Amino acid sequence: MNKMDSYITEDGRTIGAAVMEVKNITLKFGGVTAIKDISFDIRRGEIRAIIGPNGAGKTSMLNVINGFYHPQEGQINYQGQTRSKMKPYEAAVSGISRTFQNVALFAGMSTLDNIMAGRQLKMHKNFLWQMLRFGPAMDEEIENRKFCENIIDFLEIQAIRKTPVGQLPYGLQKRVELGRALAAEPSLLLLDEPMAGMNVEEKEDMSRFILDVNDQLGTTIALIEHDMGVVMDIADRVVVMDYGRKIADGYPADVQANQAVIDAYLGVAS
Amino acid sequence: MTASHAPSGELNTIPGLLAHNAATIGDQPASREKEFGIWQSWTWSEVAEQVNALSLGLLDIGLNAGDHVAIIGSNRPRLYWAIVAAQNVGAVPVPLYSDAVAAEMAYALDHCSARFAIVENQEQVDKVLELGDQLKNLEKVVYVDPRGMRKYDHGKLHAYSDVQQKGRAAADTLAPELQKRLSALDYDSTCVMLYTSGTTGNPKGVVLSNRNIIESAKSSSAFDNLVTGDSVLAYLPMAWVGDFIFSVGQSYWTGFCVSCPESADTMQSDLREIGPSYFFAPPRYFETLLTRVMIRMEDAGKRQLKMFHYFMDHARKVGPALLDGKSVGIIDRLKYALGRVLVYGPLLNTIGMSRVRVGYTAGEAIGPEIFEFYRSIGINLKQLYGQTEASVFITLQPDGEVRADTVGVPGPGVEIKIDDNGEVHYRSPGVFVEYYKNPESTASTKDRDGWVATGDAGFIEDGTGHLRIIDRAKDVGKMANGAMFAPKYVENKLKFYPNILEAVVFGAGTDMCTAFINIDLTAVGNWAERNNIGYGSYQELAGHPQVLETILHHVEDVNKSVAQDAMLSGCQIHRFLVLHKELDADDGEMTRTRKVRRNVVDKRYADLVKALYSSAKEVFIDTEVTYEDGHKGSISATLKILDAAVVAQKAKAA
Repeated sequence: MNKMDSYITEDGRTIGAAVMEVKNITLKFGGVTAIKDISFDIRRGEIRAIIGPNGAGKTSMLNVINGFYHPQEGQINYQGQTRSKMKPYEAAVSGISRTFQNVALFAGMSTLDNIMAGRQLKMHKNFLWQMLRFGPAMDEEIENRKFCENIIDFLEIQAIRKTPVGQLPYGLQKRVELGRALAAEPSLLLLDEPMAGMNVEEKEDMSRFILDVNDQLGTTIALIEHDMGVVMDIADRVVVMDYGRKIADGYPADVQANQAVIDAYLGVAS
Repeated sequence: MTASHAPSGELNTIPGLLAHNAATIGDQPASREKEFGIWQSWTWSEVAEQVNALSLGLLDIGLNAGDHVAIIGSNRPRLYWAIVAAQNVGAVPVPLYSDAVAAEMAYALDHCSARFAIVENQEQVDKVLELGDQLKNLEKVVYVDPRGMRKYDHGKLHAYSDVQQKGRAAADTLAPELQKRLSALDYDSTCVMLYTSGTTGNPKGVVLSNRNIIESAKSSSAFDNLVTGDSVLAYLPMAWVGDFIFSVGQSYWTGFCVSCPESADTMQSDLREIGPSYFFAPPRYFETLLTRVMIRMEDAGKRQLKMFHYFMDHARKVGPALLDGKSVGIIDRLKYALGRVLVYGPLLNTIGMSRVRVGYTAGEAIGPEIFEFYRSIGINLKQLYGQTEASVFITLQPDGEVRADTVGVPGPGVEIKIDDNGEVHYRSPGVFVEYYKNPESTASTKDRDGWVATGDAGFIEDGTGHLRIIDRAKDVGKMANGAMFAPKYVENKLKFYPNILEAVVFGAGTDMCTAFINIDLTAVGNWAERNNIGYGSYQELAGHPQVLETILHHVEDVNKSVAQDAMLSGCQIHRFLVLHKELDADDGEMTRTRKVRRNVVDKRYADLVKALYSSAKEVFIDTEVTYEDGHKGSISATLKILDAAVVAQKAKAA
């Protein structure tokens, strides 16, 4: 498959050329090598999954992508620009947003306020204007509130709009966090275990939302997930990591049949 | 604006009333809906324009006079407009229960041979499309919310706004045809067809004419002085006759505004924001709300709790009397006024009922304590008794004559008689035209003089003229020793306990009564949390020894209370069990309006009933359940059977 070819999936989505290329990344913490020489790409419009057993280096990989960790070797090519070191702020400005494995919301703030916080990058009026309840900052806020209300409608969380998120059950907090990430209108959305700790019904809901985000908003998604069943259902392509190395990369069906993957998941001694 | 405006006599159709309202009170709000967190509203003139555009659009895509149009979805202004638009072009709107699974909808859609369906969203479109070839007559599906619909094959499908656009574009050519269709409507043309929930057998399509709906709306609006400035929240199923009367009949007659909540989950906060002046809810709603208030009060500080109980005690003493306009001492009045500032007012505001001037409950008996609670804090909550076949109203409670145990006096224009078997019959301008395509049932329900059998057993109370309902006539039976058996009477007493959600009592033709009981997960779950009792599932909680013991106490208390009534003392419960799952409409055990289907329960749980009448101490059961998405699974459990103490009848008499 040529990297530049775009193609149309069975369910009618268009997958474009690569938006991000990760090349030969190696990440070390002192003497520990968390990621060793990993390369893969993420194509426009696809759902790309990174899977692997505990401690395989998945979250580290995500942290590298979004500029939180700086790899010792290798580079990341994103939207035509090559950077070896990127600050999280720059990642956000360039259209990457993410959610966290352990929900990282503002617990005392309402659902709406949390989502509005994700909109911060789109608000440009200065602090003094923002203190007033009229004028350009107010117009800007109304404009952005409209956008956030669309997200609330999209994620079906109207009933908890004004509820402090600390009071919400875990599954809903995850949904609010997704909402906050969406508020930044990302071109690349990174999801760190969006379904961890959820029951079957919540997982089904979350899968539905991820597919809808990808399909209706056209957002490219890279996600880390433990649940193989979910990954195989929703991902277009899968990278499998084990002990910091890439052991497989390809379509779900191919990855599932790969002996190295089976060994890693079943724990066969190598 | 508070004065009532009165449409003149020639306004004898719902489309006619809409035109009248647009002309006389065109700038008043008619519909509201919360969308994207903001209340959007439409005035009567705007509604008239929207309805007109949709009517023309429906003509454009080929809707014929006499066609049936299924309306499926939760309460949305656009669906209410679709009802009137269908009437405009001479078609018959048929609102269906939106939470029904596809297979349930199939019956009604097929029975009325609906050619068009106007539905809310993707979920409902999927259901209709799933039925596919089963529905040979269905040609077009119009959907309101375009979300997720992009990739559907639009051969059959139309977006609501597109249909309206088509209508606006073709207005010049189609307007004469629309005018022709409109002028063909009169007082006796069909206004709506509603399917009964079908406690027994297949649902029946009740045909109601403009006369039925408008006469009922007219007299009931007058009964409670409903005016243009009133406001209601439409949150009950659109397929239910009550919602049709409130949100279409009375609203179009008096011109009051109908607000639709953002979603079913936000109903409570939307209610608070709208603050309706006219409110209807089934008894279960009031029960759940009271349970929630009480649970939240338990979390309050000691001082607040003390104040709450002090003033609530006072409210119970004088509140209902104040509401009925009876004389109350000046000290008590002052104390009540203070309570209103400190307790009742904030409480009413929290539950969204600060402005409720007239509140109704119906459908099932309501617990006297629950009824009194709401009345004592100043809500004019009343009961009514009605049926789809009557366009709702048979009896209503007039202000000042409100009691928990009666359902009121005959409404304006309604006559009532009780036949020899104790069954209630009525005759009124609201009496339905016929059951669609079912002349036998029509004939067996409505006689030649227009009297309709309700199927309920009851009597008119001496002195007050109020009607009291005992039970479904066919459920009232005899026990083996000839004593009267009225299961509903006992079930209601059981259900008045917050811990008990549902009860089914058996005993016809046998020598003792037994019962199935469903616990209320909210109340019992909260109690378990408070007492550090862990449970993993509904089933585990329902089988917990302490829960069983609590329920046993409730049953024994009910037995004592039943024993007081000489006629029904044989209905005390000897043995019972707590079911491992909630009775559910998805399993066919209840109707969509949440009434128990006794014959289904009898059949499904025959083994359990047999065990109740043996000496077994426990019984094993494996039940098939249907999940919301339609797929099936099974759950099994071993249920304990408990023996309850009964009050010996002879000893009591002596």
